[in-house]
This record gives sequence, structure tokens and C-alpha cells, in this order.
Amino acid sequence: MDEGLRSELSKQGIFTVKMQQILEWGYNSSRKNSIWPLQFGLACCAIEMIATSMARYDLARFGAEVFRPSPRQADLMIVAGTVTKKMAPQVVRLFNQMPEPKYVIAMGACAISGGPFKQGYNVLKGIDRFIPVDVHIPGCPPRPEALLHAFMTLQRQIDQDTLFGANKPRHLDKDALGEFPLPQFGEHDIEPPYNKEVWEPPKMVRE
Amino acid sequence: MDYNPYTFLAVFFLVAVGFALVPLGLARFWARKMSLAKPGEQKNAIYECGLEAKGHAPIQFKSEYYLYAIIFLVFDVEILFLLPFAVAFLELPIGASIAMLVFVLLVVEGLAWAWMKGILDFK
Repeated sequence: MDEGLRSELSKQGIFTVKMQQILEWGYNSSRKNSIWPLQFGLACCAIEMIATSMARYDLARFGAEVFRPSPRQADLMIVAGTVTKKMAPQVVRLFNQMPEPKYVIAMGACAISGGPFKQGYNVLKGIDRFIPVDVHIPGCPPRPEALLHAFMTLQRQIDQDTLFGANKPRHLDKDALGEFPLPQFGEHDIEPPYNKEVWEPPKMVRE
Repeated sequence: MDYNPYTFLAVFFLVAVGFALVPLGLARFWARKMSLAKPGEQKNAIYECGLEAKGHAPIQFKSEYYLYAIIFLVFDVEILFLLPFAVAFLELPIGASIAMLVFVLLVVEGLAWAWMKGILDFK
């Protein structure tokens, strides 16, 4: 419909929408208001995550209090804590076992970059090297309010998803990857050190 | 106007079936169009907390522990009834004492059965 005609009609009190907008509204609002996280904590950030789900901070306000003990029923993986190189394959495997659409919040300094253990030999320097992270939360550990803010950010992201067109989300793309390759233990480090499709080492640009 | 009184039943039946099937069909249509199935080796694998499953799921469990539950019951019931019996022993008529003895005999019988079966030897 012509944009001028639409605004002319809306001045007369007639509002027009596309069928696609209605479908997207229904699809997005039903997903964003019932994000079920995977019940899964790795380190001290998990305590903050537990606090977030309890009465004082009350994650249930966002429809996300149903922590699922199985990845089959979960939409969201909150990587709450230090991801050691021994644990990284399991985390990726759990992510692979979740049904689409699925989202990841990397919670805390360790999950986003290795945090205080970044110089160590056995800690993964950010889970975004292997799985696509939607929201990063800094903090050591982040306050429950920060996790709530990450939730709201994720909800806003979901709200902008489109059902059709070129920039539709990954889970609607037929050719997009369904499973992410598992890292394996190599001689010195995990192999590969990162998944090229989701992460590239930052390039130094000299001016 | 003449009509078969069972027409209403037929209409109700059709509406009821449609009420159940239409949402299911819509969900199925939506799933086929909008949620692309991306099965894979890991996704279809058995969930074991992120690890690879070892062994087979249908295995036999030994149900030996029910015997301990039975012995516990024997001693538990015995204590439960013997304490009030001991407290009220002096005022009891002879009939009650005999009834109590029969009951204790039953419980002791259970204990003897367990003993003979060799459950009391902890392996």
C-alpha cells in the first residue's frame, strides 16, 4: 500500500497493517514473553542467576521463570560463569541439543572473555568463540539487575525479528547451520581454538 | 419444518472434532512452514547433561532393596505396638495379652523368614 494513502487513511481513523506485520507481531511477542532458560550454571554467576529467578528480582515478570532441566524444552542458554576448556565441548553440545529458535546470554566477565582467568591455560577466552551469543553482560559477577537488563535486551532483539525477507533470523534460514562443530582436545589446546563462522580474532588496524 | 432430532448431535460432533483438529492442523502447518527442522547427530542424541551417552538405556536394575524396606517395616511396627503394650501391660486382661502375643509371633515370623533368606547378612 502506498505510504501517502496509509497516512491519509490514518488521519481519518482507519488503520491499515500488512498481514506480515500481524504474523510477526504474534510470532515475536509469543516467543519473547515465554523465554525458557536452560537450568545450567557454571560458576559463581549462577548464584546471581538463581537470585534473579527468586522472589526479590522475580524473573517471572518476564515469563522466563521456567528453568528447564533439559535442553529439549529450553529456548535460552545463560552461560553463567567460567567456561573451562574441559567444559567447553559440553556447553557447545548442550547448545546443539536445544531446539530452534535458541538464544545465548553470556553472563559475566568469564563467559564473555575469560575474565580474571584470561591469562590462564585452561579457561576459554569467551564462549562466543564457539556459539553465537546474543547478549553479553559485563560484571564479575553481574548484579541480578544486569541479567534482567540482558533479558529485556534479548526481548527487544526478538521483537525485531522478521518472518520473511533477506534479514530473517538464523533459525528461519534453511541454509544456516543447525549444529555448531564441537571443539576437541588437541595436543596443546582445544581444536579448533575458535569457530570461524561465529568469531574472528579482532584485527589490529594501524592508521 | 421437520428435521431429524439427531441432526443436532451430528452438528455438535462435527464442531467438536473441528474444534480439536483445526488448532492442531494450524500448528502443524506453522511448524512445517516456519520452524525448519534441522536434525543432526548431536541434536538427536540422548541427553546426558552434555556428555555422550554410554551404554544402553534399557538395562535391568536389581530390586534387592525392597527386602530392607520389609525388614524395616517389621521392626518399625514391632516398636510401635510394643511400647504402648509395655506401658499398659499390668492393666491388660488376659485376652489382650494373648492377642498381642499372636501379633508379635507374626512379626517374629517375618523376621525368621528374612533371617532364613539370608538378608540379615550384609553383603
